[in-house]
Amino acid sequence: MIHYEPVIGLEVHAQLRTASKIFCSCCASFGAEPNHHTCPVCLGMPGVLPVLNRKVVEFALKLALATNCHVAPRSVFARKNYFYPDLPKGYQISQYEAPLASGGYLEVPLGDGATKRIGITRIHMEEDAGKLIHDEQRPLSYVDFNRTGVPLLEIVSEPDMRSPEQAVAYLKELREILVYLEICDGNMEEGSFRCDANVSVRPVGREEFGTRTELKNMNSFRNVHKAISYEIERQVHLLEEGGTIVQETRLWDEQRQITYSMRGKEEAHDYRYFPDPDLVPLNIDRDWIQSVRAGLPELPAAKRNRFLSQYGLRAYDVGLLTSSRSLADYFEACVERFQDPTEVCHWISGELLGLLNRDHRAIEECPVRPEQLARLLALLEEGRISRRIAQGLFEEMYLSGEDPDKILGRKGWATMSDQESLSQIVEAVMREHPNEVEAFRAGKTKLLGFFMGELMRRTQGQADPKLAQKLLKERLGGG
Amino acid sequence: MQLWELTMCQARELLDRREITSAELTQAFLDRIGLVEKRVRAFLTVAGQQALEQASEADRRLGAGERTPVLGIPLALKDVLCTRGLPTTCGSRILENFVPPYDATVVEWLRADGAVFLGKTNMDEFAMGSSTEHSAFGPTRNPWDLERIPGGSSGGSAAAVAAQECLAALGSDTGGSIRQPAACCGIVGMKPTYGRVSRYGLVAFASSLDQIGPMTKDVRDCALLLGAIAGHDPRDSTSVPLARPDYTKALNGELEGLRVGYLEEEEGVEPDVSRALGEALGVLESLGARLVPVKLPHMPYALPSYYLVAPAEASSNLARYDGVKYGFRCGEEGGLLEMYCCSRSKGFGQEVKRRIMLGTYALSAGYYDAYYRKACQVRTLLVGDFRQAFKLCDVIVSPTAPSTAFRLGERLQDPIQMYLSDYFTIPVNMAGLPALSVPCGLDGKGLPIGLQIIGAHFQEERILQVAYGFEQATGHHLRRPRL
Repeated sequence: MIHYEPVIGLEVHAQLRTASKIFCSCCASFGAEPNHHTCPVCLGMPGVLPVLNRKVVEFALKLALATNCHVAPRSVFARKNYFYPDLPKGYQISQYEAPLASGGYLEVPLGDGATKRIGITRIHMEEDAGKLIHDEQRPLSYVDFNRTGVPLLEIVSEPDMRSPEQAVAYLKELREILVYLEICDGNMEEGSFRCDANVSVRPVGREEFGTRTELKNMNSFRNVHKAISYEIERQVHLLEEGGTIVQETRLWDEQRQITYSMRGKEEAHDYRYFPDPDLVPLNIDRDWIQSVRAGLPELPAAKRNRFLSQYGLRAYDVGLLTSSRSLADYFEACVERFQDPTEVCHWISGELLGLLNRDHRAIEECPVRPEQLARLLALLEEGRISRRIAQGLFEEMYLSGEDPDKILGRKGWATMSDQESLSQIVEAVMREHPNEVEAFRAGKTKLLGFFMGELMRRTQGQADPKLAQKLLKERLGGG
Repeated sequence: MQLWELTMCQARELLDRREITSAELTQAFLDRIGLVEKRVRAFLTVAGQQALEQASEADRRLGAGERTPVLGIPLALKDVLCTRGLPTTCGSRILENFVPPYDATVVEWLRADGAVFLGKTNMDEFAMGSSTEHSAFGPTRNPWDLERIPGGSSGGSAAAVAAQECLAALGSDTGGSIRQPAACCGIVGMKPTYGRVSRYGLVAFASSLDQIGPMTKDVRDCALLLGAIAGHDPRDSTSVPLARPDYTKALNGELEGLRVGYLEEEEGVEPDVSRALGEALGVLESLGARLVPVKLPHMPYALPSYYLVAPAEASSNLARYDGVKYGFRCGEEGGLLEMYCCSRSKGFGQEVKRRIMLGTYALSAGYYDAYYRKACQVRTLLVGDFRQAFKLCDVIVSPTAPSTAFRLGERLQDPIQMYLSDYFTIPVNMAGLPALSVPCGLDGKGLPIGLQIIGAHFQEERILQVAYGFEQATGHHLRRPRL
């Protein structure tokens, strides 16, 4: 029985969040009326010429540096020639022989605390194509050119992954970096973060790779995992039955949960790449690289390590808090004002994310500001409010966006912390429950909880718990 | 003297002195077109009404004291330049009904400066050819002999200037397409340095070689018109950010001490052309220039390399004519592939299809290194050859074309003979250099011969200086065809 090992390499296309397209000044945003974000240049009209958007290079440099790539001092745009109605020029401007960046790597966390280094073969810039919309009733197709010329980065990995899990971990890490860098919104469903996978299998211990297939049409991490798993199984099965793998492109069919061969024309393409004579070679000097490097934010891996050591949180919580830069910033803004990281993390991961997820809101849209959450936690710690009140208070803050103190005042939830009135309530509770008082004094000290409960009931939870406990103990114990 | 007999500079003075109006001038050219166009067929579109409106607007501006080099000047544009609201066909069936919603940069600049556009001139389809016979709309005829070709691909512009149907015209030059027809028609034509004039809105044939340039009655007009179209354009990444000089300042007639290079071996040149070149060298020497023999060792490889690079780029540039968004479409009922095949098979002419196939082959997997890459290496060697040569001289002169205008149909069945028309002009495009063709006499049949003057990169002024000195000394430019 031969054991097989999968070999996986990934090609990611990340749409960049620049304001304008890569070679013209049309708006690059998603979701406009069809063909509203177009001009003669992105429509490839006769005689028009592309002019490179400098912002695209800057974004590409950010990713290149964040993934430890070597940036080519001189890179070249090339034309990839093929006919398709969503490609108005009959060629796509991309990079081929001289890409912007190459030879990088990512340290990908594998969940068990270990990491694996995945090589990045190359990163290059290119333009996106348009979109075909097919009429369901008639044999008619429409083209929407809004997406034509939207900037893309193609990120090609080395075939370094050995399981579907590693592939997904790499994708998640790459996506997180892109989002951290604020250069891509990483939305797989909308297609701003797309992935193709090259999959092959080989007997364990063998050096050379098996014949690979290229998988396309996987629009979620789950589908990437499923498609690769399916393909590995298919290939192993085929080999075990004495068959041979055909090098081809296969599509993931989510409905049927299988990959199937695309076959035919797509495979026969000779793209006839050659340097685009309309664009001059792109020269990148050290100063440009330096200034981009200086502007890089703390990256996910570095942030995770720092959160682990600086705040002493569990790996799981660190993963959660650093899953977005804004969430991590939110956490740190809270901790700056309320120095109990575990408690802050507890509230963020529980109450805060609970409400945000319920309402499908991002952390950026959170109505509770970090200083407001910190203030709530301080009130709680000082015993000015009970945990129960704190929860209600947080919900109020989330609904109204108001400061906790203001809400407490408005709701009459101000904590009862004046000794005189609390003492009177203590007396009253004791008067109503003489038997329990007697039992307590006879040594049944567990009843302290009972008295606290009664006291809180009478004060509607507003009694300062520390003070109340102190008064109860004094009166019960001393009587 | 008729108004249509004026040079652009003469008309400029008369307009500026308010002795004539642009409306009169424009009408004179429209009348002239009405008179001779049936025989010459230089134009694909004549925009008479629009031209008259532009002329009266120019007169208003002139009256208000405004002055620009082209204000009120009636020009013709090669139909490869995009003109907002005016058909731009490139001499091709596939763009027969294409009306661009934008102007080429040079058109925009000229329009802003108040030029009058009489119409669009005929050309070889997508500028591929040396005779204007490859136009889908029929050939243009040489005003010197209506049975002969006007040269190409800017044959319509050359013929329109020679037949005095406009004061001056713009052409485009990828391998000689301004200079060779200028030579054939006895006018001045200049291909500027690659990057000197914006290519935005020039429908691309071979992007790394194409350049727009002036076609005029004499060198002074050439300098004036070049000044109006040269300059940096942020919409063309290959346009060079240099200030535009006043080229007319170079026209001082001074040739004393200037080193004029010439090629010693010239094969396949007609005897009359050789003789004219010899006489031209004598004239230049008599004007004080020093003649220097120069060598361009890789020149024999220029033409074959050009026929790899230019078709390769063309095969990609012309991919956009697929019947999807504009232009000619057929075969849609048979599905996508059928639509592509039908639209392109019927929309393009033979020569265009020949070059698309040549270029596609040159770029194919397995052939790229042997053809396209090798051809690019030859270009680098050619640039080196010229660099060496320009250490020894200030300009290089040669015949513009090996022969004078041939008969219509004479070379249509022999593409290699047709391609050889550009033997002397192609190396200039391959090296990105500026060059000009100036009339240097007539052959035994009474047909014009052109002298090519090549300069180093961005040395247009030096070329114009030599050309002007030569022209003033000989007066060849004053000869006009009898129509």
